[in-house]
Amino acid sequence: MTIAIRAEHLSKKYRIGAAQQKFQYGMLRDVLTDTITAPVRWAKAMARRSDNPQLPTEKNFIWALKDVSFDLEEGQVLGIVGRNGAGKSTLLKVLSRVTEPTVGTVTVRGRVGSLLEVGTGFHPELTGRENIFLNGAVLGMKRAEIERKFDEIVDFSEVGQFIDTPVKRYSSGMYLRLAFAVAAHLEPEILVVDEVLAVGDAEFQRKCLGKMGDVAQQGRTVLFVSHNMSAILRLTQEAIVLKKGQLIKRAPTQEAVDFYLSSGLAETGERLWGAEDIPVTAAPFKPIALRVKDRSGKVVDTVRSTEPVTIEWEYKLEAPVTGLRVGMYLNTMRAEYVFTAFDTDDAKQFEQFGARQAGHYFSRCTIPADFFNEGRYSLGVNASSFAVRRYFMDDNALSFNVDITGAPGTQWPEVRQGPVRPRLNWQIEKVE
Amino acid sequence: MAIQTVSHEPTTVYIKPSKGLATLHLRDLWTYRELVFFMIWRDIKVRYKQTMLGAAWAIIQPVMTMLVFNFIFNGVAKVSSDGVPYPIFSYTALLPWGLFVAALNNASRSLTSNSNMVTKIYFPRLVLPVASVLSGLVDFAISFVILILLMFYYKVTPAWNVLWALPLFLLLAIVAALGVALWLSAINVKYRDVNYALPFLTQFWLFATPVAYSASVISPKWRLLYSLNPMAGVVNGFRWALLGAGSGPDAALWVSVGISLLVLVSGLFYFRGMEKTFADTI
Repeated sequence: MTIAIRAEHLSKKYRIGAAQQKFQYGMLRDVLTDTITAPVRWAKAMARRSDNPQLPTEKNFIWALKDVSFDLEEGQVLGIVGRNGAGKSTLLKVLSRVTEPTVGTVTVRGRVGSLLEVGTGFHPELTGRENIFLNGAVLGMKRAEIERKFDEIVDFSEVGQFIDTPVKRYSSGMYLRLAFAVAAHLEPEILVVDEVLAVGDAEFQRKCLGKMGDVAQQGRTVLFVSHNMSAILRLTQEAIVLKKGQLIKRAPTQEAVDFYLSSGLAETGERLWGAEDIPVTAAPFKPIALRVKDRSGKVVDTVRSTEPVTIEWEYKLEAPVTGLRVGMYLNTMRAEYVFTAFDTDDAKQFEQFGARQAGHYFSRCTIPADFFNEGRYSLGVNASSFAVRRYFMDDNALSFNVDITGAPGTQWPEVRQGPVRPRLNWQIEKVE
Repeated sequence: MAIQTVSHEPTTVYIKPSKGLATLHLRDLWTYRELVFFMIWRDIKVRYKQTMLGAAWAIIQPVMTMLVFNFIFNGVAKVSSDGVPYPIFSYTALLPWGLFVAALNNASRSLTSNSNMVTKIYFPRLVLPVASVLSGLVDFAISFVILILLMFYYKVTPAWNVLWALPLFLLLAIVAALGVALWLSAINVKYRDVNYALPFLTQFWLFATPVAYSASVISPKWRLLYSLNPMAGVVNGFRWALLGAGSGPDAALWVSVGISLLVLVSGLFYFRGMEKTFADTI
């Protein structure tokens, strides 16, 4: 087999902290004053012999990728997992030549196309037809190639009758379908997919996954980044795990995913509120933390749909509050409500806790097993006294993943519509 | 970075940190010539979208400026126009000047306004400023029609040398604009001050260019210094080629040409040097 991608000691350094704040969206004035005062600071630092944060030191840098080496054979489908900031996106950016590595080399055989670029170069004022040509050119397609595939792209996008309408009049779903259709017909030797499945409706997601499967079957190489472990399991044979820019595991997907989920690498599943995050109007209510916990009480980002999940909100009351209800909204990532619930929904509970003394509280609830469907869900929080006052609200406080391994119907590798996936008590009765 | 071609036999690309003085890789730009074309086409398509007067703006802008100049500099200040009717004298200069200013305005923002392209996909970044500069040629062509009408009206007949001289002076205008545009667009990625400084820059530059007045008012001992402004050479050239005004190409023109090329080449190197950081700093 030929090697499609060979990455050797790939590292990428970014400036952060004081240096970054100063220079990233820098103004000439800052740089001028900085340049003028630099010798003074330098002299002071030398005199004090201390670490001056203004001087470039290793502390001011972060290695988004650190010594990452791997080979990928042609036709392989590789999953990339890791929490936010682990370097997944940076790796894809280096591979698709958007940004240069600081150290190391990559040898890429063939054209890299990526689905993280859907709609890049789209102009709202142009029609669907015009945008297909423009976007195709942006993605590196020749005009003749676009013309050849034009009808296929239009069919795939299902926007046929609106093809001569400016895309600013499109619904977001149509826009996305058209954008994806162009990217999907790029036919690169190497396809890079980053979280594209987080958007679009279920039908569209199914199409995307189907297209990815086709691409893999045609013997092309695919790199797939997702927070959705079941999608990774379904679509890839092998996966790598990134942690703080380093490649810490490469194994068959099941093994890599187990390692990732069990090693505590997954997203924290916890939201903390600092003093600066809380508006003064919230007093005397003071949120501390919101956590998602698995059956064993561990804070996790990914929960299994086959196990109960505990949601815990920790907060303080700095004065007694009457009529208080503390609760949450559960949403899908497409902002559909799944449910809203408060800790004093139960009348008896409200009698007992409606008036609460000042103090430190936890409000916990358990969502039963076999409730969630796969995907990512978002939690919003709300603390209020009905019709009196809303103390605190955060529509999107925390999000978490649901892994559906073992859930009802998973013997069929298909996307099930709907935000819930209950285990129903089916009776099958045969009538003579 | 190596060039990327589209063929059935996959090409191998080596990605590695670029070291030292950046190489220009202008072939890269050639490979992506279709993208340049599409970006120009997009710029033109959307420029006057949702405007009532549409492409008429390409005429209104220079004509209104010409009328204002005519009132102030001809009517009130009575500046010399080398024996040519003042309206056509100033309009001839406003054409390349408008091209130049539009190029600077559009190109300096070309990277930042397409930041989603820059941060998401690979293509030679030069495509963006180059396309912005070249897309101004369409407005230039539209406003040129008015010049032809003015020439009929004032019965000005250009000499035959206009056929070779005008394209060359237009090329000089583009070279000058592209050079400055490359510098500005690359700086603008990191320092948005460019957006605020540009109106002043173009205003001062207008005064330093013989658009409203004739270059002949500059005393000979300052002529060479004056021609350090490449647009002075362009404007004089346009007037000479189209109206037969002024003395024609002389040493000062070569200074303008030299400066334009210097700015363009240094701009290319600066742009290439900064290019690798665009996606990280934009």
